[in-house]
Amino acid sequence: MNPMTQLPDPAATPLEEIDFSDPRMFLEDSWYPYFARLRDEAPVHYQAESPFGPFWSVTRFDDIVAVDTNHQDFSSEPAIVIGDPEEDMPLDMFIAMDPPKHDLQRKAVQSVVAPRNLAEMESLIRSRVAAILDNLPVGDTFNWVDEVSINLTTQMLATLFDFPFEQRSKLTYWSDMATAAPQISGGDADPRERETALLDCLATFTGIWHEREASDSAGFDLITLLQRDPNTSEMADNPVEFLGNLLLLIVGGNDTTRNSATGGVLALNQNPGEYDKLRADPGLIPSMVSEIIRWQTPLAHMRRRATRDLEFRGQKIREGDKVVMWYMSGNRDERSIDNPNAFIIDRKNPRHHISFGFGVHRCMGNRLAEMQLRILWEEIMRRFSLVEVMAEPKRVQSNFVRGYETLPVRVHPL
Amino acid sequence: MPRITLVEFNGTGHTIDAESGKTLMLNAIENGIPGIDADCGGACACGTCHVFLDPQWLAAAGESNPLEDAMLAMRPDREGRSRLSCQIEVTDAMEGMVVRMPEYQM
Repeated sequence: MNPMTQLPDPAATPLEEIDFSDPRMFLEDSWYPYFARLRDEAPVHYQAESPFGPFWSVTRFDDIVAVDTNHQDFSSEPAIVIGDPEEDMPLDMFIAMDPPKHDLQRKAVQSVVAPRNLAEMESLIRSRVAAILDNLPVGDTFNWVDEVSINLTTQMLATLFDFPFEQRSKLTYWSDMATAAPQISGGDADPRERETALLDCLATFTGIWHEREASDSAGFDLITLLQRDPNTSEMADNPVEFLGNLLLLIVGGNDTTRNSATGGVLALNQNPGEYDKLRADPGLIPSMVSEIIRWQTPLAHMRRRATRDLEFRGQKIREGDKVVMWYMSGNRDERSIDNPNAFIIDRKNPRHHISFGFGVHRCMGNRLAEMQLRILWEEIMRRFSLVEVMAEPKRVQSNFVRGYETLPVRVHPL
Repeated sequence: MPRITLVEFNGTGHTIDAESGKTLMLNAIENGIPGIDADCGGACACGTCHVFLDPQWLAAAGESNPLEDAMLAMRPDREGRSRLSCQIEVTDAMEGMVVRMPEYQM
């Protein structure tokens, strides 16, 4: 990325002169025509040079499903983002492991978000959402990202970890630091600040681990679940793996739902006809939640590495090549989704989107994410006739997290 | 057109005239049976069409493939008679088959 130059003309520039990893495309939300061209002209495209090294882009829905479900040929190791792991701060996490090790570590924690547990969490989430919405400054313009989206997801994360509630803003800070490294996603975190933050995360959770071990906790929080499973019960002794998995669970439960909680407000404001449909029939909320998650695609990509020389859609991919599945492009693929650029809250088959990924790494918390967003919108519709966007959002500079830093809004009570 | 009964977790049964040659998942979806999500549309890629077969029907449903096994391995409620219904092709031999649905899909 060269900050001094403009992004190239999406229609006239030869494909080999476009850097599809340029995080400014996401900062400016201008990526659509570039990736539409890839889907049409070169759906499996090799880029020889980038700040993240050479990589393949896979951009059509069906091709992404094919790569995502073929974990033999397309490994998740050593990392699932476009940037390579840092040598001075290696992190091991189960999303970046292949079966069978992946399966063992994931199984240890996934019951925390099993729908049976979610049913018990529903009333807690609803009372928190209600408190957040009831305290919004009616009549003022405020930042929806801070007041609602971050507030809601951080409270949820603190509950999942049974993390000290009054210190919960640390979770958000660590999450942001984890994903915002320039070499990982083109973000703008200062490397030293990031290292300090992640080491603080490790030290804090190591303390919690030992306290909880001593207390013989009978809870169902993520730390207790890791301690209870023989495959992960020693994880705190391996800081690389402990910190890696903590960050995975923190980022997984944070950035994604947070940015969908903001994206939904933006999408409804850009599509007032859909907002009218929602007011006329709040029963559309579950279907709208899936549509918001598709439309937002809060994680733009996942990356794999080819385990052998192979041919894929006519392209010769070599062993070791980096393969990036652009989820936000798959979710705009007109070959698989009707009218994909439109936001349609009563879309037929709204669950058929790619935001959660497919295959063994499919999002573990997908039902929790849907539940949080459903409750959020149920409670919004009980209180406000309109959450009005007052100015353009400020987006995150990252080719991984498709998110927002600010969305100025005003709420209009019923 | 074998008659297949799909039983929700709460015990409610739905008997359908299934279409041979189509998957069990598609038969269920097209008949509007609740309890099967099938987010990925039948690509064996999401695990949200999970069902339990009554043991005497396991053979009729055929073998599961390695990808199906990998997806089922992620399910906390997996049992020996667990299958993904998108990977079962309905045949006339399934007349009278009973299929039970899990408490939840995820």
